[in-house]
Amino acid sequence: MTRLERNERLIKIALLVIACSAVSILAVITIFIFSEGTPIMFKYGFKSFLLGLDWYPSEQSFGLLPMIIGSVMVTLGSLIVGVPFGLACAIFLTEFSSRRLRHILKPIIELLAGIPSVVYGFIGVVILVPFIRENFGGPGLSVLAASIILGIMILPTIISISIDSLQAVPRSYREGSIALGATKWQTTKMVTLKAARSGIIASIILGMGRAIGETMAVIMIAGNAINIPHSVLDPVRTLTSNIALEMGYASGEHREALFATGVILFVIIMVLNTLANLTSAKRKA
Amino acid sequence: MLNISNRKWRELKQQIGFMTVRLAALIIFIILGILLYFIFSRGIKVISWDFLTKMPEKGMTAGGIFPAILGSFYLTMGAILFALPLGILAAIYMTEYATQGKIIRIIRIGISNLASVPSIVFGLFGLALFVNYLKFGVSILSGSLTLGIMILPVIIRASEEALLLVPHGFREASLALGATKWQTIYKIVLPNAIGGIITGAILGVGRVAGETAPILFTAATFYIRKLPDSVFSEVMALPYHIYALMTEGSHPKEQKAIAYGASLVLIIMVLGINLLAILIRNYYRRKKKW
Repeated sequence: MTRLERNERLIKIALLVIACSAVSILAVITIFIFSEGTPIMFKYGFKSFLLGLDWYPSEQSFGLLPMIIGSVMVTLGSLIVGVPFGLACAIFLTEFSSRRLRHILKPIIELLAGIPSVVYGFIGVVILVPFIRENFGGPGLSVLAASIILGIMILPTIISISIDSLQAVPRSYREGSIALGATKWQTTKMVTLKAARSGIIASIILGMGRAIGETMAVIMIAGNAINIPHSVLDPVRTLTSNIALEMGYASGEHREALFATGVILFVIIMVLNTLANLTSAKRKA
Repeated sequence: MLNISNRKWRELKQQIGFMTVRLAALIIFIILGILLYFIFSRGIKVISWDFLTKMPEKGMTAGGIFPAILGSFYLTMGAILFALPLGILAAIYMTEYATQGKIIRIIRIGISNLASVPSIVFGLFGLALFVNYLKFGVSILSGSLTLGIMILPVIIRASEEALLLVPHGFREASLALGATKWQTIYKIVLPNAIGGIITGAILGVGRVAGETAPILFTAATFYIRKLPDSVFSEVMALPYHIYALMTEGSHPKEQKAIAYGASLVLIIMVLGINLLAILIRNYYRRKKKW
């Protein structure tokens, strides 16, 4: 083996190690979060964590149910706000707008994705929260406010992935439908949307993942009160806010319980991600 | 007769449907417009040369945001310095060396999952590994590494795409001339993919500059008396500064004004960075010889 060949070989091995180490970071993250978070879950039992109503860290009471419900509520709320608008916008951009308009509008949507979440939170606090407080009552910091802001934040995810899957529908499908006498709208509704369904579902699942994992915007506008809300005007605390709010001063079991919150969040996201991968894999098959 | 009314009905439905989607799209763009208008119109009144270059004064109710801008710059640079070489090399392995097999599939799944981990979980991880376990403390170093890991998937994907765009003929021609594989990659493939890689890196910068959750417990602090002097110093950061101004302190009115200014600076920074990425992409596209 010449020196050149040996070098080539070394380079290849070095690159493999680097590629694997990039991925093993995910494994390291998983190991760290789980090793810090799971012992306390075993100690007090999963049930008391997932179904406990009381979060009093100083009294060893670590019930996460209010936060789980909080996360679920703002996430569903954000989907109610974001999915119809996002989907309609994607349909408009792929099916009913000129090429030129699309080339102008698509980068603007990407711009929406570039705005930092803390700025969304700030806008929520200074505009939306006072608006809700004055017009609908309650503290303003609420499920409603968080849902609307998160709904806007997940728009780019939903729009861009939906656009991709709508554009992937072969032209011949649309032409066939129109040739059969269907209107353009009927074609969109009955043919194109059906054909792009799995991609659209994947976009919604990924949007959902973004909404659940979002921290800064939610922490600023959801109110963060630990209770199970009775209406959309009540404040809530989400899993992410729970970590961000208390980690700064937590120690001992309190700290472990916050890592346990991270474990739950991590598991939810991985499940959603796998679901999204499965739906898009089904499309390719 | 029935047929005609049926067609009219269908056309009416089409009109309604068309109006609905158009209206929805319009509303989205109006919301974006309102959002930007508010930040710009209020923020522009606060921004001045002093605001950008002075230290905060009187308990965050006056003065500038210079340390926060500087801190964000340090964190972002640190993250890129860490993630860019690692990301590019990983992408080179995946596109040039790996054959479609089990390892590459596992790597792909790992990267896609890494991209979807919530930012606060990265923060937790950074706290556990860098701050506590490796004893870097709350510092620029811990924050940069945490942010770097977070943008690794962005950089790997962008580099991969850029590398795949280089035509196969280039590689074959180089190999045919007797160059080794690494020489081919180093002298032919990389120079031709550099535009896409830079674009990806800059998009990563844009994302990192705006992140707050990962640096909450790893790097950021509300106030520092002096500018950071080593990688082990705590820093102020622009996004965290906005958050702190809105949630801490006792002068909401003055703090809100500063937060408007800081938000505008942050938005201009992030959007400016993204614009730069687009310009660079276009420049390389025009220059492309194939």
